Amino acid sequence: MDLSSNLILVITVTSVATFASRFLGILTAENISDKSKLFDWFNYVAYSILAALIARMVIFPAGALLESTLLIRLLVISISILIFVCSKKNLVLPTVLSFILLSFFSGIY
Amino acid sequence: MINRKYFYQGLKSLISSRSPAIALACSFIALGALFNNAGFNLQQSAASSFFTYALPGQLVMTESFLVGASLVNIFLSVWLVNFRLYPMSVALVPVLKHKSQPRWKYYLSCHVIAVSSWLIMKESYKKIDQKYRLDFWLGIGCGTLSAAVISTLLGYWISDYLTKEMMIGLAIVNPVYFLCMMIGAMNNLKIIIAVSSGALLGPIFYLVTPEWSILIAGIVGGTIAFFIKNKKNGPI
Repeated sequence: MDLSSNLILVITVTSVATFASRFLGILTAENISDKSKLFDWFNYVAYSILAALIARMVIFPAGALLESTLLIRLLVISISILIFVCSKKNLVLPTVLSFILLSFFSGIY
Repeated sequence: MINRKYFYQGLKSLISSRSPAIALACSFIALGALFNNAGFNLQQSAASSFFTYALPGQLVMTESFLVGASLVNIFLSVWLVNFRLYPMSVALVPVLKHKSQPRWKYYLSCHVIAVSSWLIMKESYKKIDQKYRLDFWLGIGCGTLSAAVISTLLGYWISDYLTKEMMIGLAIVNPVYFLCMMIGAMNNLKIIIAVSSGALLGPIFYLVTPEWSILIAGIVGGTIAFFIKNKKNGPI
């Protein structure tokens, strides 16, 4: 099989695997009320999964972030959170700054 | 069909001071550049972001493709890494439901469930009339999905000009955005417990089982939060 049609298959398989979870979620949610205990449980699990995902992205990163040290990543994140809290929860400032800071630190390190 | 007023209101969340557009742009620009280097063409890169629209899964796909993994292996690893979308959609759809909304809209709307849009919706749904929440959600979703596809194309085009330092900088923006949004969402004890236990357990379980760590940490952390007694339960 040539590379191009193989890639289309790979993209299709990835999309189907991803859509499956979303669609299964819709089907499960059909008979769940937002006042029910089950909904609460799913809600806490979802928040907890996201937190676990973010923690993993920072502490055990993949890809480009592997080339920065944990200490610098934590430093950049702490500064960004401080700005987020001080700027009445503005999200543009900390995100733009985190990019500039980490690019800068990676350049001089 | 779709209530325009609420659709645009959702779409407008992309140009506020709490916009997810910058975080989305940074991570999908990096992804577009990665696609270019991995040998994808422009159409394939855009199609991947449009049809998959889930960053960790797309990264896993690219890595697996480069090492020549089989389609079954790619399916399983993507499914596992994107399984977080399942509890996320179960925790979202009930608040969007209204008897006046047609079924096809739910099926369409589930495609745009992603961390950024989910966190915005969780933050703002209480202010939206339940009858129109689905329209508001589709507005957010169309905006974030378009931002992702456009940024992928942009990253593909400018990949030659992105230095190694810039790629590292781009990669931190998404975690910073998510983290800030999570801190903003921690408005009651149970959510605080769910978030902190997930953040603590995720890396610990990673040392034991990298593939399953996030899922297990989330289930354990979420269940702990569920059973904690909280007399004054704030908004979820």
